[in-house]
Amino acid sequence: MKHTLAILVMNNPGVMARIAGLYSRRGYNISSIAVGETEDPRISRITLVVEAEDETELEQIAKQLYKLIDVIKLSDITKDKAVERELALIKVHCHPANRSEILQIVDIFRAKIVDVSQEGVIIEVTGDTDKIQAILDLLRPFGLREIARTGKVALVRSAAGR
Amino acid sequence: MGASRRWLPVEGRSGAAGLEKRWCAYAREKPQKFEYTWPDLAVTGKCLTLAKCAGCEAAQKQGGIAESPPLAGRIFISMLLEEKAMKITGAQAVVESLRREGVDIIFGYPGGAVIPIYDAMYQAEFRHILTRHEQAAAHAAHGYARSTGKTGVCIATSGPGATNLVTGLATAYMDSVPVVAITGQVATGLLGRDSFQEADITGITMPVTKHNYLVKRVTDLPAIIKEAFYIAGTGRPGPVLIDIPKDVTTSLLDYYYPDQVILPGYKPVYEGNARQIKAAAALIQEAKKPVIYAGGGVIISGAEKELLLLAEKLQAPVTTTLMALDAFPGDHPLSLRMLGMHGTAYANFAVTEADLIIAVGARFDDRVTGRVETFAPQAKIVQIDIDPAEIGKNVAVDLPIVGDLKRVLSELVPLLAPQEHEAWLEQIAEWKRRYPLTYEEQEQGISPQMVVETLSELTRGEAIICTEVGQNQMWAAQFYCFKKPRSFITSGGLGTMGFGFPAAVGVQIANPDRPVVDIAGDGSLQMNIQELATVAAYRLPVKILLLNNGYLGMVRQWQEIFCEKRYAATILQNPDFCKLAEAYGVKALAVEKPEEVRTKLEEALAYTGPVLIDCRVNPEENVMPMVPPNAAIYDMLGVEK
Ligand SMILES: Cc1cc2nc3c(=O)[nH]c(=O)nc-3n(C[C@H](O)[C@H](O)[C@H](O)COP(=O)(O)OP(=O)(O)OC[C@H]3O[C@@H](n4cnc5c(N)ncnc54)[C@H](O)[C@@H]3O)c2cc1C
Ligand SMILES: Cc1ncc(C[n+]2csc(CCOP(=O)(O)OP(=O)(O)O)c2C)c(N)n1
Ligand SMILES: [Mg+2]
Repeated sequence: MKHTLAILVMNNPGVMARIAGLYSRRGYNISSIAVGETEDPRISRITLVVEAEDETELEQIAKQLYKLIDVIKLSDITKDKAVERELALIKVHCHPANRSEILQIVDIFRAKIVDVSQEGVIIEVTGDTDKIQAILDLLRPFGLREIARTGKVALVRSAAGR
Repeated sequence: MGASRRWLPVEGRSGAAGLEKRWCAYAREKPQKFEYTWPDLAVTGKCLTLAKCAGCEAAQKQGGIAESPPLAGRIFISMLLEEKAMKITGAQAVVESLRREGVDIIFGYPGGAVIPIYDAMYQAEFRHILTRHEQAAAHAAHGYARSTGKTGVCIATSGPGATNLVTGLATAYMDSVPVVAITGQVATGLLGRDSFQEADITGITMPVTKHNYLVKRVTDLPAIIKEAFYIAGTGRPGPVLIDIPKDVTTSLLDYYYPDQVILPGYKPVYEGNARQIKAAAALIQEAKKPVIYAGGGVIISGAEKELLLLAEKLQAPVTTTLMALDAFPGDHPLSLRMLGMHGTAYANFAVTEADLIIAVGARFDDRVTGRVETFAPQAKIVQIDIDPAEIGKNVAVDLPIVGDLKRVLSELVPLLAPQEHEAWLEQIAEWKRRYPLTYEEQEQGISPQMVVETLSELTRGEAIICTEVGQNQMWAAQFYCFKKPRSFITSGGLGTMGFGFPAAVGVQIANPDRPVVDIAGDGSLQMNIQELATVAAYRLPVKILLLNNGYLGMVRQWQEIFCEKRYAATILQNPDFCKLAEAYGVKALAVEKPEEVRTKLEEALAYTGPVLIDCRVNPEENVMPMVPPNAAIYDMLGVEK
C-alpha cells in the first residue's frame, strides 16, 4: 500500500543523500519524493510517497528515517485530512484539427496552456495524483511527447476551530 | 563557564542579516547569560521562535526581532562567544575541543591533509598513538571505547587514509561503539574536482556511521565537534566522522566551545514508559518458564548489576549473545552461556521451550534466532531497547519498552515479587547435564578449546579478551569464563578479521594494568599483523594467543560440512610467526605439545612486554554445537538428542 509521509528535516548538506541512501540500502520503495524549503530556510519539508507491504514494514521505514539525526519530525499523513497536490507539465502533439478538443480538456481540468508552438502545446496541471492520471489518460490519444511531474506535496488541514 | 557571553556578528551571512545585526546590537548593549533551547516543533506546531532567553523576549517586545532565528543551529552556537574569545587556528580548535571532551589519547596516521592538526597536537603535547595502518587506528579507538565506555578517537589523512578507516567504522557501527573519526580533506576550493587524495568520505561512510560532517567553515568547527561527541556517545552509541578540509584547519577563528548542542532531530529516550513497565511486570509475573536474553545493550548501559538482580529475583536463567558474554558471570548457576549458532545446546533448548523471553539490549540477530519463525515459538516477548527501530525489527514483540536499560530495569525490578521456578530450573539442569559444552580431548595434538580453557583458568576470567574472527572467536566465546563487564571485545556484527589485535592495542592503552589477550587465528592476525610494530614501539604488553591451525578454519569448517571437504582457498601457507614477531622486536613462544600449553601461557602472562604465543592446534577441529544456516536453533550439529 502507498503511504504519504510528511518529513521535516534540517536543511543540511547531504540530507537528501542520507534519505535516498537509507532507501536503497534497506530496499524500500519510494514512489515519489518532493522537497522544498519551509518558511524557515534551515528546515525543509519532504513529502515522500512510499510503498510498504504491511504495517511492520512501514513502521521500520518510519523508524529508520526518524533515526537520521537530520530528521526533525515525521508523520504518516495517509489517513489524515490533507491537501495533496502534484504538478505536471505535459507536452502534447497538437494541430488545428484537434486543438479545440485539447483546449476543452484543459478547461475541464482547470489546467493551463503555458507554451504553444507549431507541433504542440505544453499544459500545466495541478491536482491530486488521480487527477493528474486522469488528464494524462485523456491526453494520451493525442500523443504525449514529454511529461515532467513533481511528485506529491501535502499539508495536513488545520482542525476546525483550532 | 559562568563568564558572561554576548552575541557577535558572524561573517558571511546573507538573508536575515538585518535581523541579526539588530539582535546583536541589543545583546551587546546588555550582556547577560543566555539560555537557549529550541521549542519543540511538535509542540508549537510552527517553526521556531528564537532561542528562549530573557534577551530574546525583551527584544521581541521591543519589536526588535522577528519570529525566525537568523542562523542555523550550529552557527548559532558558534556565535555565542565568551567574553575573552581566543583567536586560534582550526587545527588548534580541534585539539582544544578534544581536550574539552576529555579525550586523553588519539589513534592515527598522518598525511598531507592533517599536517596542521598533527602540528597542533605536537605543540599541545597531545598523546597520540601511531598505528601502522589507519584501519588499526579505528579498531584501536573501538577497543579503547568498548573497554572503558568512553568515546574513542582516531584520525587519518584525506583520500586513502580516510578510506582505510571505513572497515573500522563499519565494525564500530555494527556493534554500537562510540568512536569519533577525524579525517583530513582537500582544501574547500579543491573539493569536488578529483583533487589529489580527494575521496568523498562523508558520502562513503554515510551508511556506516551514526552521523557525519563535512566542515566547510572554520567557525562551525567547535560546535560540530561538540555535536559529534554528543551523538557518538549518547542514545545508541555509534561512530561519527568529521571531515575537515585543510584550509579550515589553517584558518583563524574566535574560539568558543559550546556547552550544549542544539539538535532538534536527535532526542534519545532514556526513561521507559511507566505503564509499559507495569504491564511488563505483570506479564513477567505470570511466566512459568522465563528466559532472560541479554545483549550488548547491557554492557553499553552499564546494567550488569540490574540484570543480576532481575535474574536472581525471578530465578530466571540468563542466556547472552556474543556481545554480552561479559555482562553476566559465566559461572553463575543461572547462566546458560551463549545462545544461537554456536551457543550451548541448553541455551537453545531453553529459548525454544520458554513461555517468556525478556530481551534486554539484544537485537534478535540472525545468528541468534536461526530460522526466525522457529525462534522461541511458545514465548511471549518483552523487549527493552533504547533504539525504537530495534523493536520488532526481526521478531514480533508482545511488550516493547523503549529506554535506557539500566533505568528501565531499576524501575522494573522493584515491581516484581521474588519467584521460584523449580521445575523449569530442574529441566534446565537436566539439559546442562545431558548436553554440556565440551570437546574431545585429543591424545595427540593441542585442542584449541583446551588452550582457551587454560587461559581462562590462569587469568581467573579477569583478563580483557579481544578476538579475531572465526573459530578462534567462537572458542573464546565458549571456553573463556568471563567474570567482569567490558572484558570481551570482539567484532560481532560485522565479523571483521584483523580486528582483535589492533583493538587490543586500544584496550591495553586504556587499561595499562590489566592483562589483555588477543585470541587470534592465523588468517585474521595477518590482516593487521603490522601492529606488531605498534606494540613493540610503545611496549604495550598485549599477548597474542595465536590458535594456529593453518586454515581459514571457520570457512574450512563450512566447506567440510557443506562442500564435501573441498577446501577452496582456505589452506594457508603461513610465515614463521615466531620469527616474524622477533623481527618486530616482540617476544615469541612456540607451543607444539599439549603439556607445554600451561607453562608457556604462564611464561607469556608473566612477561612485562608484548608476546606472541604461536600455538599449533589441531588443524581440523570444528566449533560445535553448530546450527546450520537457516535451521531452527534447536537443530544443532554436534548434539545427539
Ligand atoms: C563467526 C561469528 C559467529 C557468531 N555466532 C554467534 C552466536 O552463535 N550467538 C550470538 O549470540 N552471536 C553470534 N555472533 C554475533 C552476532 O553476529 C551479533 O553480533 C550478535 O548476536 C548481536 O548481539 P546483540 O543482540 O547483543 O546486539 P548488539 O549488537 O550488542 O546491540 C546492542 C543492542 O542493545 C541496544 N542498546 C544499546 N544501548 C542501550 C541502552 N543503553 N539501553 C538499552 N538498549 C541499548 C541497541 O539498540 C542494540 O539493539 C557471531 C558473530 C560471528 C562473527
Ligand atoms: C575481513 C574478512 N574477510 C573474510 C571474512 C570471512 N571469514 C570468516 S572466518 C574466516 C576464517 C578466519 O580464519 P582464521 O583467522 O585463521 O581463524 P580460524 O577460523 O582458523 O580460527 C574468514 C575468511 C571475514 N570474516 N572478514
Ligand atoms: Mg586459522
